[in-house]
Amino acid sequence: MKNLIEVQNIKKNYGKKEAVKGISFNVEEDEILGLLGPNGSGKTTTIGMLLGLLKPTSGQIFINNLKLEENRIQILEMINFISPYIELPKKLTVKQNLYVYSKLYKVKNIKERIEYLSEKLRIGELLNSITGELSSGQKNRVSLAKALVNEPKVLLLDEPTASLDPEVGDFVRTFLEDYKKEKKISILLASHNMNEVTRLCKSVLMMKNGEIIDQGKPEDLITKHGRTNLEEVFLKLSRSKSEYN
Amino acid sequence: MSITRIYGLFLRHFYLITRSFPRILDLVYWPSIQITLWGFISNFFATHTTYYNNAVGVILTCAILYDFLFRTSIGFNMLFLEEIWSRNFTNLFIAPMKIGEILTSLVITALIRSLIGLVPAILLTSPLFGISILDLGIFLFFLFLSLYIFGITLGILVSSGLLRFGPSFENIAWSTMFLLAPFGCIYYPIETLPEIFQKIAYILPLVYIFEEARNILINQTVNIQNVYYAFMWNAFYFSLSIVLFYYSFNAAKNKGTLINMGE
Repeated sequence: MKNLIEVQNIKKNYGKKEAVKGISFNVEEDEILGLLGPNGSGKTTTIGMLLGLLKPTSGQIFINNLKLEENRIQILEMINFISPYIELPKKLTVKQNLYVYSKLYKVKNIKERIEYLSEKLRIGELLNSITGELSSGQKNRVSLAKALVNEPKVLLLDEPTASLDPEVGDFVRTFLEDYKKEKKISILLASHNMNEVTRLCKSVLMMKNGEIIDQGKPEDLITKHGRTNLEEVFLKLSRSKSEYN
Repeated sequence: MSITRIYGLFLRHFYLITRSFPRILDLVYWPSIQITLWGFISNFFATHTTYYNNAVGVILTCAILYDFLFRTSIGFNMLFLEEIWSRNFTNLFIAPMKIGEILTSLVITALIRSLIGLVPAILLTSPLFGISILDLGIFLFFLFLSLYIFGITLGILVSSGLLRFGPSFENIAWSTMFLLAPFGCIYYPIETLPEIFQKIAYILPLVYIFEEARNILINQTVNIQNVYYAFMWNAFYFSLSIVLFYYSFNAAKNKGTLINMGE
């Protein structure tokens, strides 16, 4: 399988503080890689660097074999991002937002693309609604539609189901599984929901204090650490000081 | 440069303006209030001074010109701030837009916003005070163009600050024009300023624009040198603002401001 994301020894320092301390990993085509770690472990910084919003202090990032530093625009055309911490303009209707972002990503068949996403994400009835007046679950699906408007090869998800009720959360997870299978895209998923990670991810990276402290398939990590589920593994690694610090 | 992407970002702000009546009203309201207020003040002075033969015309014309500058600058800043307030900033900067495309789109949108406010203000002056800004003739276009470039320049400089320092720079965004207004010699000749302030005023394009507006209206002559100096200083400050914007963008990428812009 081809690597769509290749991260080679990236570091990020803010003055003397080392937010990310030289991490490397790959994400293959048609793979969801989980990025786990307690708050402040460097997950968001890593995603920021993958999106070109942050410049690594050192190291290199390749997306679809293109070096991010030299091909920022070309790479941004093929990736997208969703996070509960960023929103779409609240005063615009859902349709206007999707239209604007279709234009920004130079989508060719805008009408067809919006119709396709509306049907897949069950937002057809929301198209003429004001985005700011939607419920969390509705906003989440609209943000997902925006993130897929450019048919990305690489999708970066930061807590994609945070604050969603179980039904909507399950809908989003099922959608992501199906969409990844259908389009063979790579997904990097940062999440604190261990059931979600176990269900969706082929493998996971455990981060702490800017370092990758363990990695592997969820079931292998559970066995390796002698625990019954990924949450227990997460807690063990997060709390362990002597072994990893 | 992609016209599609520039148009896309323009649409985002066009939709925002057209969806909200208060926003449209806000664009029209302040310039009209400003003109009306200055019109009556000027009328009063006209009957109590012999300095200007045409005090109302001169002051009102300068008020309109200043308001256009003010609206352009604030309008540009507003477009940037809207993205921060709506927490859409990250979405915009992860879209495949070149910095030049973002700036071009905002520059066009800011012009349209300013014109929405300017046209009613110009129309008001004629029936209320019997004044037409068109008395400035063909040079009106050059004065407006010069003001527009300087307004955009200030907008880009403030946006650079927002990029570099984040939302805490917002207060500066509102106060820039007030800081520069005394040096701009908008309502009075440059000789009114103390000598040290005059030196500062001479390195700003504003003084040449407003001196020339007064010159045309009072002396009925055109001093092309003023127009030339205004454009020369504009070219300098505009280039500086573009360089600074790129510098701030790179600094923000190093510092992490782009990712934490909503906080």
